[in-house]
Amino acid sequence: MSEFEPKIVAFFCNWCTFTAADLAGTSRLSYPPNIKIIRVMCSGMVDPKFVLKAFLNGADGVLIGGCWPGDCHYINGNLKARRRVALLTEVLKQYGIGEERFWLRWIAASEGTMLKEIAIDMTAKLKQLGPSPLRNMGQMAV
Amino acid sequence: MAKFAKLSFKKDELNKELAGFFKGILENGAVDAVLVPMAQTKKGVRLTLVTSPAHTAQVDPFAPMAAVSGAKIASSLTSRPSGRKVAMVLRPCEIRAVVELAKLKQVNLDDVLLIGMDCLGRYENTDFAKFQEQAGTSEAFLENAQAGKTSLSDFDIIGACKICEFPTADNIDMRLCAIGAGSGSVFIEAVTEKGEEALEKSGLKSGEAPAGRDEAVKKLVAARTEARDKKFAEFRSDAGNFEALRDKLAACVNCYNCRVACPVCYCKECVFITDTFRHTGEQFMAWADQAGTLKMPNDTLFYHLTRMTHMSLFCVGCGQCTSACPNDIDLMPLFRTCADKTQARFSYQAGRSMDEQQPMAGFKSDELVEVTGQVK
Repeated sequence: MSEFEPKIVAFFCNWCTFTAADLAGTSRLSYPPNIKIIRVMCSGMVDPKFVLKAFLNGADGVLIGGCWPGDCHYINGNLKARRRVALLTEVLKQYGIGEERFWLRWIAASEGTMLKEIAIDMTAKLKQLGPSPLRNMGQMAV
Repeated sequence: MAKFAKLSFKKDELNKELAGFFKGILENGAVDAVLVPMAQTKKGVRLTLVTSPAHTAQVDPFAPMAAVSGAKIASSLTSRPSGRKVAMVLRPCEIRAVVELAKLKQVNLDDVLLIGMDCLGRYENTDFAKFQEQAGTSEAFLENAQAGKTSLSDFDIIGACKICEFPTADNIDMRLCAIGAGSGSVFIEAVTEKGEEALEKSGLKSGEAPAGRDEAVKKLVAARTEARDKKFAEFRSDAGNFEALRDKLAACVNCYNCRVACPVCYCKECVFITDTFRHTGEQFMAWADQAGTLKMPNDTLFYHLTRMTHMSLFCVGCGQCTSACPNDIDLMPLFRTCADKTQARFSYQAGRSMDEQQPMAGFKSDELVEVTGQVK
């Protein structure tokens, strides 16, 4: 049987993390293709519904990438994102999707290497964990 | 220092005495209007806006029912204010929701005299009708409920009330005290300056505090808290994964009544009725293709989980969601157990204080470091 390949939906902020992904690319760093990137203007615009929908539609993990505190292009969008992530984590945790599947990470525009490491790290952790508990429920569930 | 006025009543005359108090504050200009539960012509009790002192006779503030949350009525009355002073007699859960709505600027308390009544629970709407048919009175209910007896022939107070640890109201100007008030009397307590002024104008004399009250309240809170923890543990062991959650919600038809009834579902327009969720046929087909099937209406779990992220921080545990469900889904424990976790994460408690900022209304640069676990 082939190895389980987790699907990770990643919301990357335009100014820092997406730029870091761009840098990783131009630097010819390679990271697992499990990460599917959605470019957003700010981590602070990631509505909890985006994350819920990703999980309900079968994502094994969700990664939100934003600027480090103090570096947000919109001054504090990332800090709002952090509160929302804490809130949504509390909701999801009760039904079996915990911090290990739902990550928020600060990755600056210059941190292409860190982006690569986080992508490798998250993919490896999710491989160990196995598919999301929502995945087997299929669309019938949602 | 709080002031108490004792209101003694003869058998079947509790409401008559209370009517006298409301008449007093209306007549003497403490307020221009009173919003208070009142008996309707034949059946039922509803919050009623009274502006004439001649029409207070039918008041029944302790009636064990709340057809809709009074917090929503408070919002209708004050979000675009009349400029007239109004006394609002509400249950503790309604007051706590009012506190949250005031923070959201959906209730304006400027001209409001908040009167919180002691609450020993409420019956469902349909059960309250039976209660009335069986000649049940608020007076008898107060007495029996304090002795721990709330059940009647084939019904009881709702599940939310059985696990409610807030039988008395805070953040109010006055209280209607029934718990530990002794047989044949209730007390009207003035808590704030505004409340004291109203008490004075009502013509009632202040005197001794009810002797047994503090202890009676403490005992009731302890019993309710224990029941709450037991219910939480039971529910969690029973609904700790998405499959169990789906099964709990199996009867849901996406009517969204729970969010209509919810006093703290604060969005003016719910996203689930906007064009965001008006999908094309093609989109539905694409989703069905993914797993081979698509339950319709779809997005049931999505809706409830979204509601949890929206309102759980403000959930006051009033049980209106359960009451509103046409398919008898007991939603209250679902939202209350969730609220317990989310509120704890932010050391927040819905309705506790006017001064506590709502968690999603602010942020700090040096908090919640554990979310990313990264330190620069």
